Amino acid sequence: MTTTLTLFQLTKTYQGVKALDAVSLKVGRGERVALLGHNGAGKSTMMKILLGLIPFDSGEVQVTGAAPGSAAARKRVAYLPENAAFHPALTGREMLAFYLRLRGEPVSAAAGLLDRVGLGHAADRRIGTYSKGMRQRVGLAQALIGRPELLVLDEPTSGLDPVSRRDFYTILDGLAADGASILLSSHALTEVEARTDRILILSKGVQVAAGTLADLRAQAALPTRLRIRPAPGAGPALAAALADGVPQADGALLIEVPDGGKLAALARVTALGGQVADVDVEPPSLEDIYSHVSRRDGQ
Amino acid sequence: MTRILASFTAEFRIAVRNRWVAIAVVMMVLFSAVLSAAGSAPTGALGADRLSVTVASLTSLAVYLVPLVALLLAFDAVAGEIERGTLPLLLAYPVSRAEVLIGKMGAHLSVLALALLAGYGTAAVAAVAVDPRALAGLPALFRLFWSSLLLGATFLGVGYALSAWSRRPSGAAGLAIGLWLVAVVLYDLALLAGIVASGDGFFTTHVFPYALIANPADAFRLFNLAASGATAAAAGVGGAAASIPIWDSLGSILLWPVAALMLAIAAFRRVVP
Repeated sequence: MTTTLTLFQLTKTYQGVKALDAVSLKVGRGERVALLGHNGAGKSTMMKILLGLIPFDSGEVQVTGAAPGSAAARKRVAYLPENAAFHPALTGREMLAFYLRLRGEPVSAAAGLLDRVGLGHAADRRIGTYSKGMRQRVGLAQALIGRPELLVLDEPTSGLDPVSRRDFYTILDGLAADGASILLSSHALTEVEARTDRILILSKGVQVAAGTLADLRAQAALPTRLRIRPAPGAGPALAAALADGVPQADGALLIEVPDGGKLAALARVTALGGQVADVDVEPPSLEDIYSHVSRRDGQ
Repeated sequence: MTRILASFTAEFRIAVRNRWVAIAVVMMVLFSAVLSAAGSAPTGALGADRLSVTVASLTSLAVYLVPLVALLLAFDAVAGEIERGTLPLLLAYPVSRAEVLIGKMGAHLSVLALALLAGYGTAAVAAVAVDPRALAGLPALFRLFWSSLLLGATFLGVGYALSAWSRRPSGAAGLAIGLWLVAVVLYDLALLAGIVASGDGFFTTHVFPYALIANPADAFRLFNLAASGATAAAAGVGGAAASIPIWDSLGSILLWPVAALMLAIAAFRRVVP
């Protein structure tokens, strides 16, 4: 697998405070990596460094085989800043024409790009009249110009409604399938969980967890939850049989099973036979892992 | 080149949308018309054609107005991008900061050129309408036009530098007005004070001529008055035009735009988005 982005021991200090402390990351071709962390964890700083917008103190950064911010790297990298802003006096089409010219692409591509992000109807309205979600989509449209090898997206779905978010991730899937690497940051953990290949969690500039969701689950070793619904009339008997179950509002019992004890617990439940109507297995979600990691780190 | 053109096109469009073109044109036309009307009296006494006299008046007007319009166009160039939050994305694109600024300067110079054409054109039409001999003054008017553009380019460049240094549009606007006051108004007053204090001393003979040439606004005034031979129609600092070689003032107005653009690029390069 060719590597599009390499960070090694990246360190950046802002006025004595370490914004990034020895962060390492590799993103391969066609890989989608999510960057998670609280506000001020260093996500935006890391993105600005690999775009060459701000300098770093030590470590190594390689973007598409070139130095960050070099002409070669900027040609192959697309960026969507947090809260994408554009000049309010220009229309969506004019703004995209500007960005197309900067990349040496034909201006006529603007209409297609706007259609692709669902802004075709507003192409000739001034951006000053756009909603936040529409501006965000202009931001996405400019990031799609000229088949970038790496897309750096800072909170790309903030301000988008659920349908637009789904459309957005569909576009990303298509780009990744074509070989583009994607690095995105987000607060919406549930959508990242299903739509990215790997996850990097930053806390106060320190990399506290990295890997696939399965890796992170294994590292965090959080309990799996079994949600057991009793058969009609079997509620009290079931509660007596499963003394460690916590009764829920809907009559179900919730059992927390430590990491690795899932099959034993399921065997215990199935042994109860007719008393059980149904069992749901709930693995720890990214949210659980995230709050576990953040708490461990004292936040 | 495409990238400079991209910056040029977007910036010119923004100038049209924000009514800067209309404001600049109306301002120049209005002042030129007033000057043409007011300057009509002394023509006969001087024996010069009507347009040459108008050019002398327009020179005095342009010294104040052109830097002002240029600074108004320029102060938002970098600070506005920072405040709107559009700078990080722009700088992530494969475009150099020099290309961005050169494109902006091209657009702002075009706005200025339109305003000057309208204003000076009005003056020319007014002069020719009442005095057929006024056609003789056209070369002087043309000289005034291109030297006004060079003066404008100087103050655009310095305005961009102020915009990059202050990082906020409000701060940049304040600095721009301050610079205008110092360069165009207070500088001359200080020189006059120096002459009064020095009499025929060292300052008047050795410092004053260079001090005049060093200031782009004064160099512009000297060049136009000396070249048109209309010094008689001008008063004050302009009277010094006769004593300073025209090549010195021409050199100054040619060098300043280059220096100002380089200053602007250097200042913009120091901006961390």
